[in-house]
Amino acid sequence: MNLFLVVFTPFIGAILTAWASRFGRLHSAWTAGAMTLLAMACLLPTLLAPFDGELIIQRWVWIPAIGLELALRLDGLSFMFMTMILGIGLLVILYARYYLPERDTMGRFYAYLLLFMGSMLGVVLSENLILLLMFWEMTSLSSFLLISYSYAEKESRQGARMALAVTGLGGMALLGGFLLLGEMAGSYNLSVVLSKGEVIRADPLYTPMLVLILLGAFTKSAQFPFHFWLPRAMAAPTPVSAYLHSATLVKAGVFLLARLFPVLSGTPEWTWLVIGAGLATLLAGAWIALFKHDLKGLLAYSTVSHLGLITLLFGLGTPLAAVAGLFHIMNHATFKASLFMAAGIIDHETGTRDMRRINGLWRFMPYTATLAMVAAASMAGVPLFNGFLSKEMFFTATADLFLDLKWGWVLPSLVVVASMLAVAYSLRFTHDVFFNGEPVNLPRIPHEPPFWMKFPVEILVAICLLVGMFPNMTIAPLLNVAAVSMLQTPAPDFDLAIWHGFSTPVVMSLVALVGGVLVYMGRRPLFQLAKRLKGTLDAGAIYDWTLGRLMAFSALVTHRLDRGSLQRLIVVFLLSVLTVGLAGFLGSGSPLTGSRAPLAIDGVSLLTTLALGAIVVATLLVHQRRLIALIVVGAAGLVVALIFVKFSAPDLALTQLSVEIVTTILLLLALYYLPQHTPSESGWMRRGRDLGLAVLAGSGAGMLTWAMLTRPYTPISDYFLANSLPGGGGSNVVNVILVDFRGYDTLGEISVLALAGLGIYAMLKDLKLPGLRHDSRGRTWNWDRHPAIMAALTRLLLPFALLVSAFIFLRGHNQPGGGFIAGLITAIALIMQYLTNGAIWTHERMSNNMHPLIGAGLLIATLTGLASLALGYPFLTSTFTHVHWPIVGDFELASAMAFDLGVYLVVVGAVLQILIHLGLMQDVRHPELDLSISKPHQESR
Amino acid sequence: MEALMSASVALFTAGGVYLLLRARTFPVVLGLTLLTYAVNLFLFASGRLTTGAPPIIREQATHYADPLPQALVLTAIVISFAMTAFVIVLSLKARAELGNDHVDGQADRQGESE
Repeated sequence: MNLFLVVFTPFIGAILTAWASRFGRLHSAWTAGAMTLLAMACLLPTLLAPFDGELIIQRWVWIPAIGLELALRLDGLSFMFMTMILGIGLLVILYARYYLPERDTMGRFYAYLLLFMGSMLGVVLSENLILLLMFWEMTSLSSFLLISYSYAEKESRQGARMALAVTGLGGMALLGGFLLLGEMAGSYNLSVVLSKGEVIRADPLYTPMLVLILLGAFTKSAQFPFHFWLPRAMAAPTPVSAYLHSATLVKAGVFLLARLFPVLSGTPEWTWLVIGAGLATLLAGAWIALFKHDLKGLLAYSTVSHLGLITLLFGLGTPLAAVAGLFHIMNHATFKASLFMAAGIIDHETGTRDMRRINGLWRFMPYTATLAMVAAASMAGVPLFNGFLSKEMFFTATADLFLDLKWGWVLPSLVVVASMLAVAYSLRFTHDVFFNGEPVNLPRIPHEPPFWMKFPVEILVAICLLVGMFPNMTIAPLLNVAAVSMLQTPAPDFDLAIWHGFSTPVVMSLVALVGGVLVYMGRRPLFQLAKRLKGTLDAGAIYDWTLGRLMAFSALVTHRLDRGSLQRLIVVFLLSVLTVGLAGFLGSGSPLTGSRAPLAIDGVSLLTTLALGAIVVATLLVHQRRLIALIVVGAAGLVVALIFVKFSAPDLALTQLSVEIVTTILLLLALYYLPQHTPSESGWMRRGRDLGLAVLAGSGAGMLTWAMLTRPYTPISDYFLANSLPGGGGSNVVNVILVDFRGYDTLGEISVLALAGLGIYAMLKDLKLPGLRHDSRGRTWNWDRHPAIMAALTRLLLPFALLVSAFIFLRGHNQPGGGFIAGLITAIALIMQYLTNGAIWTHERMSNNMHPLIGAGLLIATLTGLASLALGYPFLTSTFTHVHWPIVGDFELASAMAFDLGVYLVVVGAVLQILIHLGLMQDVRHPELDLSISKPHQESR
Repeated sequence: MEALMSASVALFTAGGVYLLLRARTFPVVLGLTLLTYAVNLFLFASGRLTTGAPPIIREQATHYADPLPQALVLTAIVISFAMTAFVIVLSLKARAELGNDHVDGQADRQGESE
């Protein structure tokens, strides 16, 4: 299982790193480095397996129903990518420690970096396509975090958002492609998919699948026309660019091309699409790179161009070209990472990245200059450096394939043109920065950076040289195993020698080198041309334009519907509901009344309903006088309780009754801080319209109820009724459903209650409002003390009320009652003390801090569930036993009772929390009654 | 009896909707309360109406009211209290921040919305 450790170590490391940064700036850097080394160490047991031709797959069944397995595979291809991800990652961690400014705590940076590293390792190690996609999306997300690292700057935010939008859309396309691919192959596991190339290529849905997968790969690898996000992502700190935008993230797309090469390649669709995108990217990137004045901009576009080169190689479809693609992936990673680091050093030392100002740095930093020049030579494809070797293979592949065809010379010529441009921009990076006169107005006097900042560059440049000079002794074995596992066949013969004799590729190399120098020397007119062409083919501008139109369109739609008026929105909503409901009813053609025999009407019920009608009409008539309206609505609540009593729902009646009391207290408390009277603002027309809507909505709801009530139905409740006593140990089925059958729902519901309590607490904190002084008739507020008899009586009643509450709680499993109702009764009993004795008196005896109570309730309810989990049953399985208590008699003790206790505590806590803090709210007009909410100890008189 | 139940739901809905269309927070909260009654009764009614047969297991009972809608409505009643509380406190907060109790959440201005 060591592969799982390799992938998960960086994720754990991310948390550790963020935490370690509390103890000092450098701790996070050390932790990040150590965790990367640990991930490498985890790889050790299987280090040599790929070289023995062994394929290691480690599985962990996850969601078999959708074919999702946590399966990782280690083969030559994933091993090659892992070395880059971990090796360059370690160098970048070291480099960033010197690059990031002193004031930066770095914890966040390294945590994001490790998150990214883990996701990237996941991408290259995944055996399951869906798993690969999940890691793929995680690379998009973590790179978003890294690009927006300096989120205070607008550029960073925009660049990050653009990268996320483009790669995120690509990820969506990729998901579609993978789903199609998995269905074609009959499995989402790569081992199966890779063996079914024939079947997949013959599938009628091959083309859409290919297009979707290529969209994913092209967006990630910044292929034309999706290349524009990469240069904008340069707003990221330079270590991020060195890591993500040269070695890893952008290589994920070409990794995918390599991974699926044996399955997808070889068809005309593949050839045209991949070669087309690759060639366009190669040329456009190289052209733009030459004219960038920003150091990182030049490197970014050159990266785009090189990614195009790699894509083009995979598009050619021959084994040899694909091997060349792999080789160039590695070479590009080394020289581009070192170039980015060198650019970072220059930026760090001079304070600018503008090549019109940075000139002649050779005098100030000859050592860094040498390193950068070696890397640039490699980028240009100069012999003896690694870039030359893969470029030579590239020329060979294109020349071999095309020169014999009619018009076959076009592609090789275009390739040579692109290489000339590459030579030219590499030369510009060298000559413009390190020579070409004196620096212009630099913010800082540059000098050589600290040793350990140069160290990663030295390592990478050394690799460039060693690979370039002794390819067979260094890179050949790794390339060979990677090629074998990519192609799924023995690797073709490839020869990494520097000199193959005088042939077409050598001529192409020579033309490119000489031509490149000429282009650079004659660059002035070209710069003029580029200036004039600027903006003609700017995919970024198209993206911005599209985004702007989309935003404008959604703003228009929103503005049409929502004019900032709640009433208007409610009217729109009601009309839509009425229309849809009416259309559904008329369209169905079924009668309003069903076949179920109705119950007979009795006199009391008729009277109650008439009373209800009177209450509702009264509410509407008096609603402007708020206090009276509140009392009338309270009466309506009591009628609801009566309805519950009538129709065999004693639990509901008890709940409704107690909730009605707390709701009335709540609204009364709130009314103290609100106007007592609702002004008449709407005219007759308006009120008529509202009344019409209300009648329509009411009739609709009434008809719906009638239609439902008169139809027969088959309940699922027989199960609950049958199992309540034998399975749940309680005869009150409603309570057993709440705490046992559907305990998970209840847990969710008390969590909502707890959250509402906390939310209200947060809103009321430091809230100050003017309280009431006069009622609507102008009578002043009465500041008399609470009546003594009532105060004494409620104090006396408290123990009895609590006793009743305990009784209701205990009997809840078998008789009407339970945690919800008992909680409400307790809360009312305690609130009564506040109402009659005052807050000060009550606070001397009881804390107003309800957080522990709510927390304890949630904890008890959750622990009850976990206890059953620990005993090997599903979450929240209950058990019960009969206990014989003296005097009380036989008594059932169910574990669900502990859960109900949790419910009880949350209800008490949340209700008290809401009411107490509303009652304690500061009245700005009565500062002498300062009862600070957060400081209970100040409350003594 | 079904007709009376339907009438009750209709009455609560109509009253609730009318109050919901007012322009000030307090009547809207009252309207929500009425609407909650309507919704709870409707949910409860989905178990159909049964008299004299509470869902408490007894030996001599022949039939029971449907316990499932009751269980759902029980938590709904408690949650709707939390919702009412949240909305009313929100309206207090809005009044403190904006100086009025208009539902559109805009700082003091003259006249009616629209």
